[in-house]
Amino acid sequence: MRKPNIRRGAALGAAVALVAGTTVACGGSDSGASSSKLGKDDVLTITTFSDFGYDKLIDQWNADPDRPFTVKHTKIADWDPWKKTLTQELQAGHGLTDIVAVEGDAMPQFVSEGASDQFYDLADSSLDDRWVEYAYKAAQTADGKQIGYPTDVGPEAFCYRADLFKKAGLPSDREEVKSIFATWDSYFEAGKKLVAALPDTKWYDASGSIAQAMLNQTEFPFQTADNEVSIDNPEIQNVWDTVTAYSSTLSPQVVQWGEDWTANFRNDGFATMPCPGWMFSNVKSSAPDVKGWDIVDAFPGGGGNWGGSFLAVPTQSEHPEEAKEFAAWLTDKDQELAVFEAAGNYPANVAAEEDLAAKNATDPYFNNAPTAAILASRAAAVEPGHPYKGDKYSDILGLFQTAIQRVDEGSSPEDSWKTFEQAVGSLS
Amino acid sequence: MTTVQATRSGDPGAPASPPPPRLTRRQRLSHWDYRFAPYLYVLPFFLVFLVVGIYPMVYSGYLSFFSWPRFGPSHGDSVGFANYAHVLQDPVFRKAFWNTIGIFLLSSVPQVITATVIAALLDTQLRGRTWWRMSVLLPFVVAPAATALIFGSLFADKTGLINEIIHTLGLPKVGWHSNRFASWTAIASMVNYRWTGYNTLIILAAMQAVDRQLYEAASIDGASRVQQFFHLTLPSISPTMLFVIITSTIGGLQIFTEPRLFDTNLQFQGGADYQYQTLTMYVFNTSNSSTDPYPRAAAATWIIVLIIVTIALINFGLTRLLQRRSER
Repeated sequence: MRKPNIRRGAALGAAVALVAGTTVACGGSDSGASSSKLGKDDVLTITTFSDFGYDKLIDQWNADPDRPFTVKHTKIADWDPWKKTLTQELQAGHGLTDIVAVEGDAMPQFVSEGASDQFYDLADSSLDDRWVEYAYKAAQTADGKQIGYPTDVGPEAFCYRADLFKKAGLPSDREEVKSIFATWDSYFEAGKKLVAALPDTKWYDASGSIAQAMLNQTEFPFQTADNEVSIDNPEIQNVWDTVTAYSSTLSPQVVQWGEDWTANFRNDGFATMPCPGWMFSNVKSSAPDVKGWDIVDAFPGGGGNWGGSFLAVPTQSEHPEEAKEFAAWLTDKDQELAVFEAAGNYPANVAAEEDLAAKNATDPYFNNAPTAAILASRAAAVEPGHPYKGDKYSDILGLFQTAIQRVDEGSSPEDSWKTFEQAVGSLS
Repeated sequence: MTTVQATRSGDPGAPASPPPPRLTRRQRLSHWDYRFAPYLYVLPFFLVFLVVGIYPMVYSGYLSFFSWPRFGPSHGDSVGFANYAHVLQDPVFRKAFWNTIGIFLLSSVPQVITATVIAALLDTQLRGRTWWRMSVLLPFVVAPAATALIFGSLFADKTGLINEIIHTLGLPKVGWHSNRFASWTAIASMVNYRWTGYNTLIILAAMQAVDRQLYEAASIDGASRVQQFFHLTLPSISPTMLFVIITSTIGGLQIFTEPRLFDTNLQFQGGADYQYQTLTMYVFNTSNSSTDPYPRAAAATWIIVLIIVTIALINFGLTRLLQRRSER
């Protein structure tokens, strides 16, 4: 899940989307014939959510006098509202931009039968080895249709507050803390020590993010390999029991991306959080003045991939050729490197990853942590295909996170689980 | 011209009395203007209403009897009343119904009472009357999204201003987003903030239309200000009160923006436990669900229409009853 840094922007984003939607709809109706060629000043439209780091790239593209066409970029603050708009307009058959950004966890529902007909086939044999294989395959249907190009992947490291660790008497050096983040047991044990020493600070940012981190290490959390919904399995039960058990002691019991969550960045509300590359910009914008953040090259229980997105071209686009060309350009090596620079999103592009590893970039905000090297090492720890994401993965994940929120807000885990089961049942 | 004359002379129902004097062309035009122009003037509204009001209503009614798989390009087979059955059996729908009623009562009732009292206060010889009157309308000018964002941070559970104040007073913090009743109160306060001033102005306008001589007569008879308010002002403005009550009933039952923007749940289901999911939010969420999203949402809409009509009729009846009583 790739989420917003500013929830307040949601309303603005929705308004922009609305305006963009109407404009696009109008533009579509008078241009008539499908797949007409775009001229230099004709507009190709693209919608992204959260921060894809495209602002500068698109400005440069539009400033180039030799550009083949002009690009108009709409940004939505949150993935979840954009998911709703995207779903609705796919079904309505019009209203979407030429290129749409799709979040990784939702990709399975779009590659499933029926839904994938709504997207243009982007397959191109010359690009087959351009991206990390598991990310590329994730946007492929069973019969080999490619409906998206990967923009980034989300190998997870852990961000931690070295200053708070020191205050609580824990090791704080980037190498020494690795033992804390070795296993989930050692992680929670250290958390108990920290909250005992610092009563105003919790161990992690939200129950939901730990649940997400643990889920990313499971194999079949919500659906079996043949997409049968199954939420009665030991893997998910383990995640549920662990997260709900620590809700009252180690978690600040806030919802990710909410007001209280953002405020906790500034008032020492928590000390650690799972950190995929795209989370870096969220940390920085939520706590620009906080000193003490650092990143450790370790992750409890191995590795994990959280988020990472795709660019897709819906069949309702009237300029699929140009859209494909532009999506391919945005996900090429240099552009993905520029995105890493701008937003921290770790490239899915293999050549860009190699380049980053060679450059060994560091980040002064995170105490000069070698972010590129850390993410490369974390990417190597990701087990491809974990977790298995069936066609309902994104929907059930949302309900699971909501079930955890209920426990944070005081429901008993048993009651909340029952509501969860009932909600999953009414998905069909 | 000729055709008009032909129809006139061929009219079998023409009275036997001496034929009316032949109208000049100009007179006839003015006659038509008088008779048909009003229809012409309201026509644009009804044309637009037909396209954006009636058509979607009829189409959603039609759609509610079919299946339509998610992402499917068009609707599938007829399923009879299955979509209605699904909605009525859904515990979330029932919860949304009670949430809507709760928020409606917490908002509309205090809102109409406060608006009437403020209007009565403004209907006096204040200094700078216009200024006072315009200032009550100010919250209405604030965009609902802005209101919701401001109140959202005021009512934030851990770091919101209101909870900070409650905490300083030594009381336990209120779970504005987790406790069902507290969340209703928070949302109702947003609605009241926005709509009280609007209703005040409407009621004030009605109060100003009351004949001032009646008040003079009442004061000569020795009626106090409070007695005048209950026995003179209120009965005189009852048609307006009826209007305000009916519109705020309909508005209250369709509440969407405030709870939706107040929502901290990432699925926008109106709180993690559906504490403040309203009926319109239910429709919106259903239209995004994974099975038959549109038909089920359409069925839910029609159930809501019936609910609103029923409640509006009850309201109308009750208000009329009270009016008759007070007129006696």
